[in-house]
Amino acid sequence: MEQGFQLFPRQASTFATHVDRLYLFLTGISAFFSVLIFGVIIVFAIRYRRRPGHEAIQVEDAFSLEILWTAVPAFLTLGIFVWSSSLFLYQSIPPKGARDISVVGQRWMWKIQHSNGRREINELHVPSGQAVKLTLTSQDVIHSFYVPAFRMKQDAIPGQYRTLWFEATTPGEYHLFCAEYCGTNHSRMTGRIVVMSDVDYQSWLGGGMEHTPVETGKQLFTQFDCASCHESGERRRCPTLGGLYGTQVELESGQKVLFDESYVRESVLDPNAKVAKGFPAVMPSFRGQVSEEQMLDLIAYIKSLAPQQQRELVEGANR
Amino acid sequence: MSTEQPTWFTREHYLNASFGWRSWLLTTDHKRVALLYLMTITVFFFLGGAFATMIRLELLTPAGDLFQAETYNKLFSMHGIIMVFFFLIPSIPAVLGNFLVPMMIGARDLAFPKLNLLSWYLFVAGGVFVLWSIVAGGVDTGWTFYTPYSSMFSNTNVVLAILGIFIAGFSSILTGLNFIVTIHKMRAPGMTWFRLPLFIWAHYATAVIMVLGTPVIAITLALVALERVWGVGIFDPALGGDPLLFQHLFWFYSHPAVYIMILPGMGVVSELVTTHARKRIFGYSFVAFSSIAIAVISFLVWGHHMFVSGQSQFANLMFSLLSFLVAIPSAVKVFNWTATLYRGSISFSAPMLYAMGFIGLFTMGGLTGLFLAAIAVDIHVHDTYFVVAHFHYIMVGGTIMAYLGGIHNWWPKLTGRMYPETWARVAAVIVFAGFNLTFFPQFILGYLGMPRRYHAYAEEFQVLNVMSTAGASILALGYLLPFVYLIWSLKYGPEAGTNPWEAKGLEWQTLSPPPTENFEEMPEVSEAAYNYGSPSPSI
Repeated sequence: MEQGFQLFPRQASTFATHVDRLYLFLTGISAFFSVLIFGVIIVFAIRYRRRPGHEAIQVEDAFSLEILWTAVPAFLTLGIFVWSSSLFLYQSIPPKGARDISVVGQRWMWKIQHSNGRREINELHVPSGQAVKLTLTSQDVIHSFYVPAFRMKQDAIPGQYRTLWFEATTPGEYHLFCAEYCGTNHSRMTGRIVVMSDVDYQSWLGGGMEHTPVETGKQLFTQFDCASCHESGERRRCPTLGGLYGTQVELESGQKVLFDESYVRESVLDPNAKVAKGFPAVMPSFRGQVSEEQMLDLIAYIKSLAPQQQRELVEGANR
Repeated sequence: MSTEQPTWFTREHYLNASFGWRSWLLTTDHKRVALLYLMTITVFFFLGGAFATMIRLELLTPAGDLFQAETYNKLFSMHGIIMVFFFLIPSIPAVLGNFLVPMMIGARDLAFPKLNLLSWYLFVAGGVFVLWSIVAGGVDTGWTFYTPYSSMFSNTNVVLAILGIFIAGFSSILTGLNFIVTIHKMRAPGMTWFRLPLFIWAHYATAVIMVLGTPVIAITLALVALERVWGVGIFDPALGGDPLLFQHLFWFYSHPAVYIMILPGMGVVSELVTTHARKRIFGYSFVAFSSIAIAVISFLVWGHHMFVSGQSQFANLMFSLLSFLVAIPSAVKVFNWTATLYRGSISFSAPMLYAMGFIGLFTMGGLTGLFLAAIAVDIHVHDTYFVVAHFHYIMVGGTIMAYLGGIHNWWPKLTGRMYPETWARVAAVIVFAGFNLTFFPQFILGYLGMPRRYHAYAEEFQVLNVMSTAGASILALGYLLPFVYLIWSLKYGPEAGTNPWEAKGLEWQTLSPPPTENFEEMPEVSEAAYNYGSPSPSI
């Protein structure tokens, strides 16, 4: 990995170059004003030093100066705000078609699963030149997934899902750190990011020896007996799930919630919290039975259910 | 060798008006309470400093070889808890503020002298609990107590430490309350709001934050204790709670708390610059109102601690914009202090050296705040050494510089003795140099990506860490020097006289040390603050 003394971190993502440009601009501004203030203080201190025959001369306040040095920082900071916010908006919305990888933080390791089911711990292999979207959560306390070379960081929060995306540019190995203090071995919750060419990445991924998250999720769906209601076609007891992902679900109260990762998670662990309109609150809680990784697999499976497939499944069950 | 003038020993003043431990422990004299605070926080300062020293020694090498990880985590947690809650927050308000607020406005005492003494007892009681938590094995949550780690996972003495902070919080509230009422009701005849020294404006703004903000941290930490002790689900998602709720509540206090720490320092610097340049403050009303503006905005920026927590995009943008707003009143202050030096008669006394150091370092601390308000950059440097460097520039480069400058400036008034000027200048220069060597490399470390609170770190970060540790040892020397020569001066320092700096301000018109009732006769005010010399027509 990185060796020897450095003053500037390596750049390995598309975002890194943008951030560095803003950083260097801010450094320039800071240097300018620091030198200005120190310089003026030193010049005044020497020129107006207390000595025999030198008296202080009182000067009137100058309203114009006050306006000037209120306005200059105001405009400058507004400009920086616009610049940094536009970068933030670019960074906070993952592009369509980004490669999905899930990450679960647990004291004190990172558990990672690729879209074809390949798992790794404390290492993340990614292809260069492609957008990669991480879905992060934590099994215990708050962690933070931090890749300095990508200028990218996102907290992993227990019970919630967060996303982070990047496009790696330069093949190589880079630091992965946990940035949110998480207890005894916080400083050992580190690993490496391996950026590879697409070809190398594909061969590293292998030929689908393992189950994909969708396949695993499907097995879990059966194993936890979700299918007995949600795929039985007994539409009066519970909704079929196909095609619901990403849509708005109406609740008994008339309130609408987005059917997303968090809603699935909550419905598995605390089914009565937000019951869809028209269905009885009869689902049991699966709290303590589903691990965070299994939850991600279940979500991947439910996400994959198209309305079409669902109908076929229902018809199959009826036949 | 008898002279006509009464000396320190022959004249009665607040230090020798009565003797014995009861006369101190039951005193309601704001000046004596200030000294009680001074002694107490000095103990905490050196304790917190000892933890800092151990942290820096561990970080001399990349491997975590000096302490165990558990021990290291406790060291930085105790360093933070003690320095923030038991040194920085009380430092200037409880020592210099307690001593000077009544004297500067021409009052006999604070509005509620007994509450003032009670505040010190609460502070000590809180401190005892925190010391107990240390002796019982320490706390490892960081001073931020993030949930669910603090409430459900840490095996250390979290509840004891929380209890200590909870109790000490009331001392802060009482001090704030006392200042607000005193400044409103007890100004001497003629002391209008716009004749008040800027030290008073700064303390007024601080007091408002203390009164409004401190209850929030108290209740938040109480909720952590509830969850920890009885398993009431508030913050832990496994119990149906929300971990981010804690961060919102915590920073709702703890960001304004940053201004509890720096605003009084700004007040001190306004006094030091005018006194030691013999100049009126440039732009009095701008400096005064910028304190109020900072206090108000400080309550609206907490979310900038949560840019990578996944709060909504909109929240991120709003908090970013509001955080940039704080830069404006801060910059206004810096420019006005600098302009105040223009055509002054600038003395290189120790207080002025500290004030100049403050202005420069606060400028750097403030400017690096822009990096953190800019979301795109903050995503990278959040929770790295960049943040550590930034807030140490504000807290240490700012507040502690101002505190030391203030202690030197008013030492003659506090004790009736002069400190040794040469030693004090040497110490000020050592503190400035040691400070920069300690913390400047941490900006670079942060941008390189070294996370904070790391017991062991990657090898390429070592050179900068060695520089930082070397700086810390110089800084430690700089802090030990005043401790020694100020104590020495209590016995051997020459008598100060009423007004050694030829300063304006009511506190300099009474004897040093002042009599118990502060002024021999009630002062009347007929002129603006800092009314040095006569004005020239143009700049």
